[in-house]
Amino acid sequence: MSILHVQDLGASIASISPLSGVSFDLERGEIIGIVGESGSGKSLTAMSVMGLLPLIGGRVDQGTIEFDGVELTKISESDYRKLRGGRIGLITQNPMTSLDPLKKIGSQVDDVSLLHLGLDKAGAKARTIELLSDMRIPEPASIYHLYPHQMSGGMKQRIVIAMALAADPDLLIADEPTTALDVTVQAQIIRLLGDLVKKRNLSLVLITHDMSVVAQTCDKVMVMYAGTAIERGPVQEIFDTPQHPYTKALIACIPHEIAGGERLKGIEGTVPGVAQYPSGCRFHPRCALAGDICSKDIPTFEKGGKRAVACHFALEAS
Amino acid sequence: MTTLLDVKNLSKQFTSGGGLFRPVRSMHAVNDVSFSVKAGRVVGVVGESGCGKSTLARLVLRLIEPSSGTVQFEGIDLLALKAKPLRALRARMQMVFQDPYSAIDPRFTIRDAVTEPFKVQSAGLTSKQTNDKVAELLSVVGLSDQLAKSYPHQLSGGQKQRVGIARALALNPDLLVLDEPTASLDVSVQAQIISLLEKLRDELNLTYIFISHDLSLVKYFCDEILVMYLGRVVEALPDTRAPARHPYTRTLLDSTFDPDPKSRRTIEPLAGEVPSPFDLPSGCVFAARCSKATEKCRSQLPVLTAEGGHPVACHNPL
Repeated sequence: MSILHVQDLGASIASISPLSGVSFDLERGEIIGIVGESGSGKSLTAMSVMGLLPLIGGRVDQGTIEFDGVELTKISESDYRKLRGGRIGLITQNPMTSLDPLKKIGSQVDDVSLLHLGLDKAGAKARTIELLSDMRIPEPASIYHLYPHQMSGGMKQRIVIAMALAADPDLLIADEPTTALDVTVQAQIIRLLGDLVKKRNLSLVLITHDMSVVAQTCDKVMVMYAGTAIERGPVQEIFDTPQHPYTKALIACIPHEIAGGERLKGIEGTVPGVAQYPSGCRFHPRCALAGDICSKDIPTFEKGGKRAVACHFALEAS
Repeated sequence: MTTLLDVKNLSKQFTSGGGLFRPVRSMHAVNDVSFSVKAGRVVGVVGESGCGKSTLARLVLRLIEPSSGTVQFEGIDLLALKAKPLRALRARMQMVFQDPYSAIDPRFTIRDAVTEPFKVQSAGLTSKQTNDKVAELLSVVGLSDQLAKSYPHQLSGGQKQRVGIARALALNPDLLVLDEPTASLDVSVQAQIISLLEKLRDELNLTYIFISHDLSLVKYFCDEILVMYLGRVVEALPDTRAPARHPYTRTLLDSTFDPDPKSRRTIEPLAGEVPSPFDLPSGCVFAARCSKATEKCRSQLPVLTAEGGHPVACHNPL
């Protein structure tokens, strides 16, 4: 059974609907990449699963989120609070702002196991030091007493990961965990996350704008555009035979060593804001293949099955 | 090919502290950097945050004063020039900044922003000439001249960066210094801007210095590449296909993810992080993180030596 099953998820904030039509499954020990440009709804999807939308005045108003058999859209805030930081861990984008600058990092990690595992202070400290060493942090016992400003960005992100893992979660949601980091540090963190997933049989939702990170780490991928899912499938298939014109164009935007002098192609136009979502398929104004139907009917995101695509003119798998 | 820009032994130190109880500390942001740029070439400068690449960009245009060294533009010593002739020469070398959101004055219309260079140079254009110039510049960068009356907040990030490029092109420069021009943009927009820059280089015979942390982008876009680490150039790749000779360059290449799930590899991440520039080691700046480091590397600074036209600063090059 899937650890996470999201079906036709939609969310609203006040009178706008920035998210709709998101469906995916995640098995134990699997990594799914959610990829898209800014404003595509990746982070809103994560916030919906974490039950954090009320923080920004929003709510889930469509679909279901099933976590290990429990329907999350129906549970109370106090039950959610037990899950968050407990069985579901969150790694945020910016390690510079997700740690409390006034507290020693050790006690910040301690708090998680004090709250969720009911350990005593000494037990929590021992657990924290063990976690820090699992994060390949040198000299964890002395790092325990440092403040966040005394550490580099990569080190801070390891602390954030340690906090997310402190209560032994089943599911980890990482929202752009390496975007604020340098390339060599990014490589370290991505490697660490991959190893942790294997070692602890975790499930990971990896949110990123970087198709290369997806290619190197994920088992499957969901591509989002303007607040909705447009394509989903096993990572190799998505790269080999993208069926949505946007997915294909997005892959063509990645600069890499070019054989035969093929030049980089951008996608004309920009991602529309929530207030300017076009009718029908939201990608149609930028799509080279768009026909009359694309501006009228919203293409359905086929549910079930490994692959899904929301396009009236889905490209043939060839 | 004529040499457009010649930089020799350029260094910049910044100091901090110097209060009653704080000793003055100095850091070498740029340390003994020499290189030259031939007309029509695209020279990439790549490195992680804090390596001095943006400081180098500013030094080259003398936006900040170097601590030592020389910069010659077509044989003219930039550092010997007084304010007026320097300003006149700056018309031929312009800069495009990283963050298009803050590079344009929010109270300027796009027309004001694009025509500011003429005011600075006291070009004395009539209103008709100004209108023509604005229309011409906006069309060169692919913007509609309807936007001339807009303010920056009404434009998308990609459009703002096009305005930044239009402003840099206003005075028909020969050299453009591009400081991470796409770092804050989405990939599809990054691809648009890069292909615009390619087109402009061919049409206007421009020479670029392209600063970036993204090695795959630099390899795609540039003719030759300077690799910086802690203020020093550690390797100068004469072309993008040249194999890396410095272990740091090798690591940077290995840390760059390939956008192809088939070529997934186990990355052996670099241990440790960049040392503090306030407290540089006496030998090779990379020795502490280098797997090939010997006693000599820790005690003796390697100098950039060209062998077969491929300069590298390493005692044990690959």
